[in-house]
Amino acid sequence: MNRPIYLDYAATTPVDPRVVGKMMPWLFDNFGNPASRSHAFGWAAEEAVELAREQVAALVGADPRSIVWTSGATESNNLAIKGAMQFHAGRGKHVVTVKTEHKSVLDTVRELERAGCDVTVLDVQENGLLDLEAFRAALRPDTVIASVMFVNNETGVIQDIAALGAICREKGVLFHVDGAQATGKVPFSLDELPVDMMSLSAHKTYGPKGIGALYVSRKPRVRIDAIIHGGGHERGMRSGTLATHQIIGMGEAYWLARDSMGSENERIRSLRDRLMNGLMTLDQVFVNGDLEQRVPHNLNLSFNFVEGESLLMGMKDVAVSSGSACTSASLEPSYVLRAMGRSDELAHSSIRFSIGRFTTQQEVDTVIEKVSAAVNKLRELSPLWDMHNEGIDLASVQWASH
Amino acid sequence: MAYSDKVLDHYDNPRNVGGYSNQDEDVGTGMVGAPACGDVMKLQIKVGADGIIEDAKFKTYGCGSAIASSSLVTEWVKGKTLDEALAIKNTEIAEELALPPVKIHCSILAEDAIKAAVADYRTKQTAANTAVEAA
Repeated sequence: MNRPIYLDYAATTPVDPRVVGKMMPWLFDNFGNPASRSHAFGWAAEEAVELAREQVAALVGADPRSIVWTSGATESNNLAIKGAMQFHAGRGKHVVTVKTEHKSVLDTVRELERAGCDVTVLDVQENGLLDLEAFRAALRPDTVIASVMFVNNETGVIQDIAALGAICREKGVLFHVDGAQATGKVPFSLDELPVDMMSLSAHKTYGPKGIGALYVSRKPRVRIDAIIHGGGHERGMRSGTLATHQIIGMGEAYWLARDSMGSENERIRSLRDRLMNGLMTLDQVFVNGDLEQRVPHNLNLSFNFVEGESLLMGMKDVAVSSGSACTSASLEPSYVLRAMGRSDELAHSSIRFSIGRFTTQQEVDTVIEKVSAAVNKLRELSPLWDMHNEGIDLASVQWASH
Repeated sequence: MAYSDKVLDHYDNPRNVGGYSNQDEDVGTGMVGAPACGDVMKLQIKVGADGIIEDAKFKTYGCGSAIASSSLVTEWVKGKTLDEALAIKNTEIAEELALPPVKIHCSILAEDAIKAAVADYRTKQTAANTAVEAA
């Protein structure tokens, strides 16, 4: 069987074969525990882990000593927000975030709310971007931390991290950024950005799953409580035996990203534009999210009058994601698109295409053909499409909701 | 999610796609669901002078299971009296298509579509009879 064409790089990426090659020796040959100080097995592992720390730090422009290994961005988000709220409990109990954040941020602040914290979750504008003045107004004297994602996972929209961070510094509020979708896609340097903590993930950037990091600034020095306790690894911020092979994989993946980011992004941008131009020849197709402030890897489109899950069925040989309720566990359409003011209808009709390192032009052309055929077929089946063509405004119809 | 072969078959080869004019007196139209919920079914039945459903057509906006449920229903109501059609239960539709629990609402919607189409037809007939009597 032919494998489907993979256009879901924002969900996860294949581990680059060069990364796999670097990881392998650390499973059997060099299996030591990096925390073992008494023999060569441990010393070799520790050296490799520290090299990987430098590689990760190099991509994000940070001091290697500010990188704390975790199991992934979800854990990093939990550690940053819960750790800061706990450590700075004496300073206040208010936390600010945004409606379009990843669930690992939103559910974390909900949990803090249950524990007695005050939570402000800000709206975004129609293009998915945060209004800087609304953000400034939300920061209070008792605000401990604000958490804003760098690049949105559904729309690829890039928030103005430099401006948001500057506002936080001015107000004396800690600033945490979920950078899982930004690494290798947006060039930035944490030495220059006013960011106190940043969550990082390996598997969105051609590294292995199950490994990530939290950048915790040293200048200015940011202090947080640990949420996982044990052997005191990672300067007490995250206990647990280091996953040597995973860490080495993340280091190599970030090193490759640093090397190839410039040319790779240009190639991906031209593929994305080709896909967009090909699909926008269809009637009633809308781009979700700002097209300028956006990583080139992402194209999120709503195909009006076509339901997302049925569209996925019609393009069986293409692997993508949909904001349709039917494809989510919650049976709610994409909360990210809803927060941007998109109607439920358009959220149900949305497809996220995300392009990556191994996407070819031929694959893009095939996808344009398959999606166009499926959309046309489903519109022939759609009573809404008929009504639209008869000039009926669907918003004026009294629907019996169920 | 894995779809049953029958859902895939109805999705790939939907039966009786189309529609009749809403003005036809022998046609009953049922439109159920809402775009905001992600599914809208339009079912039309054409009823003969003998009270038997001669033909049925559908159009559906919704997931594959919704499309399959409405396609199946157009096959099932054909040749039935209105009361027989009303006796079709959503559980039978769900069973025939092997719908998973999260898709049961698609079969409920299909049952509702039959009810709405029959009700529309009966309303039209009553109105027509009243008009005849009045004349």
